[in-house]
Amino acid sequence: MKFAVIVFPGSNCDRDMYHAAKDVLKADADLVWYENSNLENYDGVLLPGGFSYGDYLRSGAVASTSNVMQQIKAHAEKGKPILGVCNGFQILLEAGLLPGAMLRNKNLAFMCHQEPLVVANNQTQFTTGYEKGEIVRFPIAHGEGNYFCDEQTLADLKANDQIVFTYENNPNGSVADIAGITNKQSNVLGMMPHPERAVEELLGSDDGLRLFQSVVKNWRESYAVNR
Amino acid sequence: MLLTGNISPVKIEQEKLYLDMGLSDQEYDMVKNILKRRPNFTETGIFSVMWSEHCSYKTSKPLLSKFPTKGPHVLQGPGEGAGVIDIGDDQAVVFKIESHNHPSAVEPYQGAATGVGGIIRDVFSMGARPIALMNSLRFGNLTTDRVKYLFQEVVHGIAGYGNCVGVPTVGGEVQFDDSYEDNPLVNAMCIGLINHDEIQKGIASGVGNTVIYAGAATGRDGIHGATFASGDLAEDSDKDRPAVQVGDPFMEKLLIEACLEVIHSDALVGMQDMGAAGLTSSASEMASKAGTGLEMNLDLVPQREQNMNAYELMLSESQERMLLVVKQGGEQEIIDIFEKYGLAATAVGEVIKEKVFRLKQHGSLVADIPVDALAEEAPVYQMPSKKASYVKAFQEMKNEIPKVENHAEMLKQLLQQPTIASKESVYDQYDSMVQTNTVVTPGSDAAVVRIKGTDKALAITTDCNSRYIYLDPETGGKIAVAEATRNLVCSGARPLGLTDGLNFGNPTNPEVFWQMEKSVEGMSEASRILDTPVISGNVSLYNQSKGNSIFPTPVVGMVGLIESLEHLTPSFFQQAGDSVYLIGDTKAEFGGSELQNIIQGKYEGKAPSIDLQIEAERQKQLLKAIRQGIVHSAHDLAEGGLGVALAEGTFNEKGLGVDVEVSGNPTAALFSESQSRFLVTVKPEDKEQFENIIDHATEVGSVTANAQFIVRTKDRVVIEEDARALHELWKGAIPCLLKSKA
Repeated sequence: MKFAVIVFPGSNCDRDMYHAAKDVLKADADLVWYENSNLENYDGVLLPGGFSYGDYLRSGAVASTSNVMQQIKAHAEKGKPILGVCNGFQILLEAGLLPGAMLRNKNLAFMCHQEPLVVANNQTQFTTGYEKGEIVRFPIAHGEGNYFCDEQTLADLKANDQIVFTYENNPNGSVADIAGITNKQSNVLGMMPHPERAVEELLGSDDGLRLFQSVVKNWRESYAVNR
Repeated sequence: MLLTGNISPVKIEQEKLYLDMGLSDQEYDMVKNILKRRPNFTETGIFSVMWSEHCSYKTSKPLLSKFPTKGPHVLQGPGEGAGVIDIGDDQAVVFKIESHNHPSAVEPYQGAATGVGGIIRDVFSMGARPIALMNSLRFGNLTTDRVKYLFQEVVHGIAGYGNCVGVPTVGGEVQFDDSYEDNPLVNAMCIGLINHDEIQKGIASGVGNTVIYAGAATGRDGIHGATFASGDLAEDSDKDRPAVQVGDPFMEKLLIEACLEVIHSDALVGMQDMGAAGLTSSASEMASKAGTGLEMNLDLVPQREQNMNAYELMLSESQERMLLVVKQGGEQEIIDIFEKYGLAATAVGEVIKEKVFRLKQHGSLVADIPVDALAEEAPVYQMPSKKASYVKAFQEMKNEIPKVENHAEMLKQLLQQPTIASKESVYDQYDSMVQTNTVVTPGSDAAVVRIKGTDKALAITTDCNSRYIYLDPETGGKIAVAEATRNLVCSGARPLGLTDGLNFGNPTNPEVFWQMEKSVEGMSEASRILDTPVISGNVSLYNQSKGNSIFPTPVVGMVGLIESLEHLTPSFFQQAGDSVYLIGDTKAEFGGSELQNIIQGKYEGKAPSIDLQIEAERQKQLLKAIRQGIVHSAHDLAEGGLGVALAEGTFNEKGLGVDVEVSGNPTAALFSESQSRFLVTVKPEDKEQFENIIDHATEVGSVTANAQFIVRTKDRVVIEEDARALHELWKGAIPCLLKSKA
């Protein structure tokens, strides 16, 4: 399985995502500069965190209009796994691949620390390696991670089991404690916490590794079936 | 301030306009002698910034030469963007500290943000990838709205810039004392990692080579910032707000990536960032170091405002700009790399043989100055020095033990002093984990970042207890270096070297100059004995307002090498049943202590004494024990003494407690700030081996499972508290102070 880690101007977790996929997970991965890229040969897309275009407009807004997003949308339609973390999640929201929007954290400050999460849905290709209801520890690092959506959208998210991770002690004011959601088809996951920062016990947690392992395992199985 | 370029040289001399720019009468005459004519307006401005303290170190140079700067592993000492130390495997660590005090006093958010941006550029201009940021901050006590505002906005500024640019802020220190009320200190340190063959220098060699300007366009911001930073902060400093620059961390992030790609091009000759004094200093220093000259056409300099004159272009301190010298014919290769990142890179001049700095604008010559006169040959002053008058009385005071009735209450009070209290509310705002190397996050003795692909890690600390230095500059200077080494050793590292951030008052005051001289001498001696050469640094003078100098504050930023991740040692207790050892002797030493601050509301008497030979020996022994894998935790004793260190040992999520027995007077045992002491925990089965290695270790008690904090003397219990309650007090103190009405 081969991942594309998309690099926008201002991405700053791109090399961390690459390190997690390539060095820790031992999967194939490339850093792919957002311009003149061809994603055809990639099986999965990873949108890393950071401050694309400085986030001087709304977070993720400028990156969401770049050409590479058309290819990512095509991938999404084909059911390929797409993971957006932090700024990557914000880009997916701005691009309309996921519903809702981000507000500033309720305390109006950037926050960075480990945060316990609840695995709310372990039936996605990202989370089969977890138990439902399991508590995992991922770092968060964001100033605008206060997820917001209207009541209808929230009802839909719940009805379709699109809420994948919730905060145990909601740090930022997110609606329904939401930390991560998927699209209806559950192949596009956006989350504010950083699984790529939680792949080595040395750095405080390796709970995130199973997320990447789940993606690879599910891809292999479906690949074997489709063959 | 006058910004017009139309004023004649004669008028500048007759009306002494150079004084406004920061040149003295004597210096103006020197300029006339060098040029053999009167300088024009632009040239006067160029001389005044290049001869400002900030750029020329004209009063501190004689002191800086006292520092030991060499060592077998030092690859680059002071003089370049940052110093470089070998860490084996063909890799090296690059680091430097820099102050942004005056800008932060006037415009705290941008002052702090651009301080971070500037120090990052110093590091990547060497070709190194910035891997960590540290800071050292000083504010007045959190009792006025103004101080709270300065504190909060400085933190926001550091976070706003560091988080966006993607370099983790892994630690630092904050102290609060009245002497910083109007003049906070904001020192930022950046650490980079580099392969030996990638080290760049800021040189303009090769006659005919092209000078390329890259990054942000030049505006009218920060004009004369270096001069502003080299004068007293006045009550009307608000008018200097235009001298403060505005940062763009997104632009900086692009510059980092572009410059780190450019270093792999054979076309690159030299690279330097445009920091203090902007285009003037980068260009003239690069030429001076290479023994060449430079000619630039200012019409080619990217400008974001209209009708900028030569004076403004040369003195602007607009941020996120780099100057490169590139082999003739290799320009397009370099320009293409910057273009990939959406950055402008433009040829603005060339290297010339004649050692002059020559500037043209609109077809005419606007400056023509011998280049060495600006850099190498700037004036140096030996300032008069006089022992500070207060010191004699302090030295004659006896070391007495203050009266403490209730030690439990005093411990609680100490834990809530802002200097001691948890800084979690500060560092939670910093992205401390980006780049996924941070093994020890902020809040420990030292921050630790691993080096990917190896079994090694770097330990980093910033330290300076200015209260001791105020009482006794020489002893305090020694302590600042020793404390930094202690912090690194506790984490399992061998100290490699240091960068100094010297923050002092007005050097023309002989007593202030004496403080500088003595503290530098103390630091130098400690650096020699503890084997930590000084590889880079920064000087910030004139830190005072309303006539009072700040406490002398020479901050030490230090980096150490953890040779194997197995040596990593936490600073808090690990396991119930472990034995608790105190290494070192405790004397009745309260001068400059936090206890003295609480009881007397001022600092006086003698600073704690320090014997550097004992310090070195003890550190060597502790590191040996750590490397043998028999030290479960190690913490150095600092502000608040043993009592605070014991409490901090329990401050984590393990729910542990501690039960110790102290000997002698409990006030001295718990709260004295005697130096060269460590608090160490050891598994029972390792006790014998530990005691064989460490000479001055006393077993004082054990780690317990019940989260109780108990201190006894032979005949009574002195403190019995719930460790979790102490933890809450310690954690809540600063947020509480910020919320309370002034």
